[in-house]
Amino acid sequence: MTALQIIFILVAAATLGAGLMVVTSRNLIHSALWLVVALFGVAVFYVLLQAGFLAVAQVVVYIGAIAILIIFAIMLTRRIMDEDSPTFNANWGWAVFVALIIFGALTWVLTSWPGISQPMAELSERSDPLRQLGAALVSPSLYVLPFELASVLLLAALVGAIFISWERK
Amino acid sequence: MLDPINAIANWLQNLLSSWGLESGLVNFIMILIGVLVVAMTVLVLDILLVWVERKMVARFQDRLGPNRLGPFGLIQPIADVIKLLIKEDITPEGADKVLFNIAPVMALATVLIIWAVIPFAPTMLGASLNVGVLYIVAAGALGTLGILMAGWAAHNKYALVGAFRMVALVVSYEVPMVTALLVPVILARSMGLHDIVEAQAQGGWFILFSPVTALIFFVCTIAELGRAPFDLAEAESEIVAGYHIEYSGMKFGMFYAGELLHALTMGALIASLFLGGWHGPFVQQVPILGVVYLFIKAFFVYWMYTWVRYTVPRIRIDHMMSLNWKFFTPLALVMVIVTAILDKLMTGLPGWIYGLGMFSANVLVAVITINLLRTYSQKERQRVAEPRPVAQADLAKAPGSGD
Repeated sequence: MTALQIIFILVAAATLGAGLMVVTSRNLIHSALWLVVALFGVAVFYVLLQAGFLAVAQVVVYIGAIAILIIFAIMLTRRIMDEDSPTFNANWGWAVFVALIIFGALTWVLTSWPGISQPMAELSERSDPLRQLGAALVSPSLYVLPFELASVLLLAALVGAIFISWERK
Repeated sequence: MLDPINAIANWLQNLLSSWGLESGLVNFIMILIGVLVVAMTVLVLDILLVWVERKMVARFQDRLGPNRLGPFGLIQPIADVIKLLIKEDITPEGADKVLFNIAPVMALATVLIIWAVIPFAPTMLGASLNVGVLYIVAAGALGTLGILMAGWAAHNKYALVGAFRMVALVVSYEVPMVTALLVPVILARSMGLHDIVEAQAQGGWFILFSPVTALIFFVCTIAELGRAPFDLAEAESEIVAGYHIEYSGMKFGMFYAGELLHALTMGALIASLFLGGWHGPFVQQVPILGVVYLFIKAFFVYWMYTWVRYTVPRIRIDHMMSLNWKFFTPLALVMVIVTAILDKLMTGLPGWIYGLGMFSANVLVAVITINLLRTYSQKERQRVAEPRPVAQADLAKAPGSGD
């Protein structure tokens, strides 16, 4: 076993454990912070795959923005931080069912993919993944349309947020 | 002899290899030693910062500052540290013990990890990340989390209010800060700090290319640091001491050290992004001089922070937010657009024309901004100066109906 594999197994165990703690913690703030640990574990996976940009973007977007927003929402909501509030609601059975189906489907897809058993390809020294990603996002033959669609969607979300919070005089 | 750090590193590497260790293990040990050396240097410097800060405050307030222990009071910080170490370590009743203890570590560690990407000299850099600039933003995001944890875990209303204020401040000012960060990235055509400094060493410091952006970034870092005039998170007159109110002894010391070190770190960052980093005379021949230049520039920016801190009074929270969203964010966006368009238009032109074009565009933006601000302030003064109907009959008729 190489050092990379050992690190991968340790990080994967930590990420899964943190994910389990998210749903089983009695305290919502603890859940949110365990979610941060799980998201950080995913960022470490990106680092292991030599995708530095994705790793940093993961930390900036998910921990710096979304996790902080979740914690704010929890802190500003009344009476949901009580220790005696129920951890599970009536839909937990369905949630387990859906999660199992998604897990099964992903396992099936990944095992039928031939690349799963191959070792990670070495990146050449000269290639700059960041530059390639940037060029791919604006090149007409690649991802410019999905990229622009996503930005229009975000703009619509922004306009919607302003519309909801607008005080009519 | 001109590059002692790399000489020592080479000697150590050869020594370890001659003992018959594997090359991978040797690399690992070298990296470990490098991390320890950088972290320890910065932390020892942090102790000195206590003295620097107190001495500078004293000068700004026309006092002498610490001058009893040792020459110029230089041993004073050691005494401060010993005092913090022997103080009682209190965990308040009802506090979330684990989070309460992790938070100070987060506060200091998130500052320390920024030093990993700062290039100290042409031949001395920690991690040459190609996304160095984004890495700094990510470190800031983790720091925010530490503050929120401290405020919540202490189980104290003032601490929580302080944490909320601080997080609102940091998250808002991150927007113009990150936008302003894009300008050096455009000018250097790289997100790696090493490449940005290299580009400045060849083409000229970016503060000459884009002084407006440098100013935006400087003000945003003051907000990120939570220093006056943006020190609402620890406004003594309102919320006692903010998010670290319940901390005592060395745990408080960690927050204090983190705060001071954060200021110097931001200084080093501004130095690397806008003031040329390690660039200075004779630095190519004597690389070790780069460290000296970097720290001179970093301490200059630190002095500017202190200057602002002890000159400008605290501003109100709504003023602070409108300053961010109505002034700095649009201005930073304009600067990015102007820089990007000009950069595209002027590629291939000689360096001095490029620099002159960038500089004059900045002056133009500054003049327009100042004129817009003047018009706005005149309107605002007129609005305030107008006689307002304070005690009119219709108000007296319906009491309690609001405005």
